[in-house]
Amino acid sequence: MAEAMSRNRKVGFTLARHSTGIIASVLFLAPIVWTVLSTFKPAQEARQPPLPPWPTTGFSIENYQTLNSFGDGLWVSAQNSIYVSVMTVLLSVLVSVLAGYGFSRFRFPFRDFFFVLILSTIMIPFQSILTPIFLVLTKLGLHNTLTGLVCVYVTLQLPFSIFMMRNAFDAVPREIEEAARMDGANNVTMLIKVMLPLVWPGVVTIALFAFLGAWNEFLAALVLMTDQSKFTLPVMMTALQSGRFGAIDWGAVQAGVTVMMVPCLILFLALQRFYIRGLMAGAVK
Amino acid sequence: MTAIAASAPARSRSSASLRQWVGLLYVLPAVALVTVFFVIPLGMTAWMSLHNWPLMGEHSFIGLDNYFAILRDTRFWNALKFTFYYTVIVTIAIFAVAFPLAIFIERPRPLTNLYRTAFFMPAVVGFASASLLWSWLLNVDSGLFSPAAYDLGLIAKKVNLLATFQPAFWSIIAMVVWKVAGFTMIILMTGLQSIPQDLQEAAVIDGAGPLARFRAITLPLMRRTLALALILSVAGSILAFDQFYIILRGGPRNQTLTAVYWIFNQSFVSFKLGYGAALSMVLLAILVALSLVQLWLLRKPAGLD
Repeated sequence: MAEAMSRNRKVGFTLARHSTGIIASVLFLAPIVWTVLSTFKPAQEARQPPLPPWPTTGFSIENYQTLNSFGDGLWVSAQNSIYVSVMTVLLSVLVSVLAGYGFSRFRFPFRDFFFVLILSTIMIPFQSILTPIFLVLTKLGLHNTLTGLVCVYVTLQLPFSIFMMRNAFDAVPREIEEAARMDGANNVTMLIKVMLPLVWPGVVTIALFAFLGAWNEFLAALVLMTDQSKFTLPVMMTALQSGRFGAIDWGAVQAGVTVMMVPCLILFLALQRFYIRGLMAGAVK
Repeated sequence: MTAIAASAPARSRSSASLRQWVGLLYVLPAVALVTVFFVIPLGMTAWMSLHNWPLMGEHSFIGLDNYFAILRDTRFWNALKFTFYYTVIVTIAIFAVAFPLAIFIERPRPLTNLYRTAFFMPAVVGFASASLLWSWLLNVDSGLFSPAAYDLGLIAKKVNLLATFQPAFWSIIAMVVWKVAGFTMIILMTGLQSIPQDLQEAAVIDGAGPLARFRAITLPLMRRTLALALILSVAGSILAFDQFYIILRGGPRNQTLTAVYWIFNQSFVSFKLGYGAALSMVLLAILVALSLVQLWLLRKPAGLD
């Protein structure tokens, strides 16, 4: 009888655990699912409160089509966002792999000074130096260019990604390098052929963080991009939502938000392991 | 003979140290970027804060006048006060949700990974996307909350949640908790998982209840993780901008202007770049002070390991 009671308690516990888990999951996922479902309503229906969230007067992609009718069109902003994010990923990976390797494997003057300098920028909020960044970009002729925005985003990624890459290179045993050097590999072939395959997980992690950072950044893009043809998605969608293009089309807002969210969600689901890894590395440091 | 023997190591030493210099080339791009886009702008902020610096036309040196002006700028102090108020409330709210979630997903059980992923999903969505999404959900005519409450008969007529301070403020808190709790949960989870299981079991054998175990083992051993999660939440909240700009535009009646929002307004709406720089220096001092507190809190506990 005692056994049956303890089994009952166990079942009760499991039941309570899963119902808590399911309710909490629904609460966290509902706003996302609600939005994505609502985007497939015809424009007329999208103006009404989303009750129920799914389309009731027929499936339609009208909301996505109208996105292109605001200003320069959403497609231009999407292209800008893609360009900025991809370039940020490529450049920050390139710069931090080189720097991580340099910091990990060489002893040169001021090494520790430079490392601390780069890492300490994480203590300074970039929000407080936006005005001079604006002036520096103007001076360099990069004012109101996507390239200028990329430079800023890459710099913001550096403390985290260089920290990650240095740790990754530090974890590679030196014997591997010495063996390769015996075989006549020089520094560059060593880095590309021998080291890179070994630090690959770190590279994926910093690439993922760079993409999400650049894709989602709002304030710097809002301040630095003054020309509508250079707007990234968050800036463009905020302009749309503020009624800058006439009455607010909530169906278009939902569709735009979906376009902004989906790449992040897919990348996270596909690369979750690397994301958590990056978080842990940041948390454990 | 001896000369040759002596010179060989010397030469190899100098060529070895030369080879070390190559490292400088590897880190050069990173150092250049940080210098041009961080160190120089930082110096410029300090420099500009001592000037009257309009967007167009000449700037002039005015010493500490901008800082004296800040002392009299009641709207900035109100913004700062609101920012701190928001920071305290939102941090408490985030922890109140994230800590139970972290305990819930700490140990691997069936479906735990699925739950963890679900709780974490909003954290990978950007603040701007989340704000746009919630500005729709909170809209009085086309949104969800008010019409749903009306349809269910909970309220007599639709209420515009964003029209008055209290509902607008708590709507933002709800949105931020929804977006950030999963992130804080993961940080706290790493802390929980680092506590040795046998310590908990030994305490159980000693007859310690769950609450006693939580206070005597979990909290002290999680100190560094807690401090980290706390600092991340506090620093993030002090710099809050996106949600207040996108959902509320600083309203109703400018009551939700945050510090960064006020700096943004002064610098890029009124184009008082020098004054904006001085305000930035104040914000920067607050954040650096916070970072120092962080280093102190995260120090390795004395006497332990």
